[in-house]
Amino acid sequence: MLLRHTTKEIKEREGLTINPAKTCQPIGAMYAALGIHGCLPHSHGSQGCCSYHRSMLTRHFKEPVMAATSSFTEGASVFGGQANLLQAINNIFTIYDPELIAVHSTCLSETIGDDLKQIVTKAKDDGKVPEGKEVTYASTPSFVGSHVTGYANMVAGMTQQFAEKSETQLDRTNIVAGWMEPSDIREIKRLAKELAAEILLYPDVTDVLDTPQTGKHDMYPKGGVTVEQMKTLGDSKSTISLGNFTAEAAAIALEKKCGVGFVSEDIPVGISATDRFLMALSKAAGVEIPQSITDERGRLVDMITDMQQYFHGKKVAVFGDPDWIVPLCEFLVELDMKPVHVLSGTPGKRLDKRLHELLDMDVPDANIKNGASADLFLLHQWIKNEPVDLLIGNTHGKFIARDEDIPFIRFGFPIIDRVGHSYFPNVGYSGAMRIVEKLLMAIMDRQDRDAPEERFELVM
Amino acid sequence: MIMESIEILEGRKKQIYQKEQNTEQFDMTCDTKSLSGSVSQRACVFCGSRVVLYPVADALHVVHGPIGCAAYTWDIRGAVSSGPELHRMSFSTDLKEMDVIYGGEKKLYASLIELIDQYQPKAAFIYSTCIIGLIGDDIDAVCKKVTQEKDLPVLPVHSEGFKGTKKDGYAAACNALMKIVGTGSTEGISPYSLNILGEFNLAGEAWIIKDYYEQMGLEVVATVTGDGRVDDIRRCHGASLNVVQCSGSMLKLAKMMKEKYGVPYIRVSYFGIEDMSKALYDVAKHFNKKPEIMDKAKKLVSKEVSEMYPKLAKFKKALNGKRAAIYVGGAFKAFSLIKALRYLGMKVVLAGSQTGNKDDYNMLKDLCDEGTVIVDDSNPVELSKFVLEKEADLIIGGVKERPIAYKLGVGFCDHNHERKIPLAGFVGMFNFAREVYQSVTSPVWQFAPRKGGLG
Ligand code: SF4
Ligand code: SF4
Repeated sequence: MLLRHTTKEIKEREGLTINPAKTCQPIGAMYAALGIHGCLPHSHGSQGCCSYHRSMLTRHFKEPVMAATSSFTEGASVFGGQANLLQAINNIFTIYDPELIAVHSTCLSETIGDDLKQIVTKAKDDGKVPEGKEVTYASTPSFVGSHVTGYANMVAGMTQQFAEKSETQLDRTNIVAGWMEPSDIREIKRLAKELAAEILLYPDVTDVLDTPQTGKHDMYPKGGVTVEQMKTLGDSKSTISLGNFTAEAAAIALEKKCGVGFVSEDIPVGISATDRFLMALSKAAGVEIPQSITDERGRLVDMITDMQQYFHGKKVAVFGDPDWIVPLCEFLVELDMKPVHVLSGTPGKRLDKRLHELLDMDVPDANIKNGASADLFLLHQWIKNEPVDLLIGNTHGKFIARDEDIPFIRFGFPIIDRVGHSYFPNVGYSGAMRIVEKLLMAIMDRQDRDAPEERFELVM
Repeated sequence: MIMESIEILEGRKKQIYQKEQNTEQFDMTCDTKSLSGSVSQRACVFCGSRVVLYPVADALHVVHGPIGCAAYTWDIRGAVSSGPELHRMSFSTDLKEMDVIYGGEKKLYASLIELIDQYQPKAAFIYSTCIIGLIGDDIDAVCKKVTQEKDLPVLPVHSEGFKGTKKDGYAAACNALMKIVGTGSTEGISPYSLNILGEFNLAGEAWIIKDYYEQMGLEVVATVTGDGRVDDIRRCHGASLNVVQCSGSMLKLAKMMKEKYGVPYIRVSYFGIEDMSKALYDVAKHFNKKPEIMDKAKKLVSKEVSEMYPKLAKFKKALNGKRAAIYVGGAFKAFSLIKALRYLGMKVVLAGSQTGNKDDYNMLKDLCDEGTVIVDDSNPVELSKFVLEKEADLIIGGVKERPIAYKLGVGFCDHNHERKIPLAGFVGMFNFAREVYQSVTSPVWQFAPRKGGLG
């Protein structure tokens, strides 16, 4: 019993976090930057942070993750990190030769008060950025928000810095991808193709963090949207952002800069969110939803009708990142399940509001909490007070699942003890079928395991 | 010559060296900070302290700082405990903007009181991260106050990430440990006793080593820090000998204990048959007043080796002539690995470490064959190029090297935190050989383009 110390009785805690349900901004910024072709993310701070972020992404994707660091020393912490960053930019272009460096700050450089905009401008003025190459930046202090915020900040920053508007209007829709797996992005692109909708999706980590084995290690894999493409963002007709928390900020930045209107949708998890996304895309691109997609939806609904009795009233505890748990909870309710505990370490009133809108009718007593002291210790306490049939969340949930003997489905970031997430999507109708399959597997395996012999069934 | 075929960061030339005939001058630049802009595989001071102290299982480990530093070090190292598992929890003061402006001392104090009440630990380690070094929280004062109020050692670990390298983190950890050492009673400790230092019980390795010493008739007072307990550490100054593994992490503690308590120390390695046997003999020699200890050591070694020998034959046959690249944290480990690989008939074509010092690299140079590339604080581009050029069949490294090896179509063995099976001791040599064999001869390679798509 690893968590044997967890008490049932819940006390207010004074700002202590036990077993966090979030991590820090820079890792999100690093992840987002990897979705740009030829980009080397750069961590402006000391070496440790960068090393940890790379290791964590590597553990999650089982892929090499490249990023550079300013390698702060005591000097930098006294005199500021300008010299380090200038030297870093110079060194990086000389030796690693990326198309683009995406700089994010860390707690350290933020507290020192380094101004990334000013330093990057100086680097350009000093001729440290070769012709045709770019440096972009985002401020990502970890004492604000979470990894989710860092992703949003980096995507918004790049949009703001690269997007241009020319004379030519393109018959094209921008899709700002919130924090998703390569598999999910692949699926969104496939859906758009089925619809024959012309899109520009970014950031795009397909073929970056799901690369084939080739016998070579490419520092810059073939995937990712190019800076050239990003420069044309302002010429698209409109934008769809997928994820209130990770994508919308970029859509807003683009609207502000180039006047491209946007709709903010959820990441398409489950039936309704996928419906909404496809409607939005069909409207924005002026295309019809083809029969093939309607059939996909039909197969999903058919699968659910077949197995509906297994879902009814099952209590679920969900934790994770806002853009995923919102549509997931919506889907669980549609499946006739009860998300009774929903938790995210990421702060923000908007999440609380959306979860209440989704759950107040069907699960009026649900425990909902995000931000400060919404950690896995609290989630465990909730579960002790009201046990659940299923736990859904990232790898860190396995401690609770084991101690309480609850079936556990891995969902979210990070997943460092299983594979599959980067190859098989959770979005769209086919992604929803995968979720349904996983839910059923967990529930039915448990039923089989616990059934007395005379009730152990062959046909289910 | 290698400098031509591979572009090297200007400032890095002195951290790469190729052993060739008659090269006299060898002046490895190391012990330096990585250049700004490197894709370094190195970590920070905090990381050093955290990995060293983490296995103390009945202590509270509180990371004072923003959330990330704590989140990334949450149970990432399989340091096994036979009892309490408090070390596997993640506690953070999760500093917010207001704390950064007004200071986090109050929050730290409140957190400590809450945690101590709830978990009743034997001691508490408070790690300060980069930001604490900047905002100037007086964590010593907070620790002192809580120590008095709660009557248990609450120890500050000064591990601000930017104040040096991982090695400085080891030193900070030793300083913290030294505050507990000497606070317990040494009554009843045998004169034939020792402490195991620098062994972290990954996959249960410390248990294997402890068992060997006990078989030799020696008492193990404390393992620092694998499967560690505060009460053992309190009284470990009563042991007659400190046996220190690994180059950096615990040597400082041994030195301090020698100075303050007169406990002598010896340095050993538990990897590979050669070094493992030598470790046991060296320890036995220290206790030469009681010759039966040496007798038992000899018996133990010959029994283990004779059992191991035939089992290794299959691996040796398959691995003979294969080439290995080693890139590990400390250089000391590289020495043992080179010997162990050589025993298996393999050739080491690249040897490097993140944190070796001058002496280490001189020793490495002496140990290596001609043509071996020696690197300090390398990056993935360099590593993959060397691996391809040197046609390595195996990489030994850590978490960030693993996927690179596989992309290159090269076998891999984790000799770091993520090892899942014990690699120490005689049985460890068998496990190591099996793991190397499994990876190098995996059937998957028949489908995988190898070595830059050439092979
Ligand atoms: S200092 Fe900040 S950026 Fe670095 S790991 Fe810690 S929380 Fe993350
Ligand atoms: S903030 Fe400092 S202590 Fe924390 S991970 Fe980064 S370098 Fe290490």
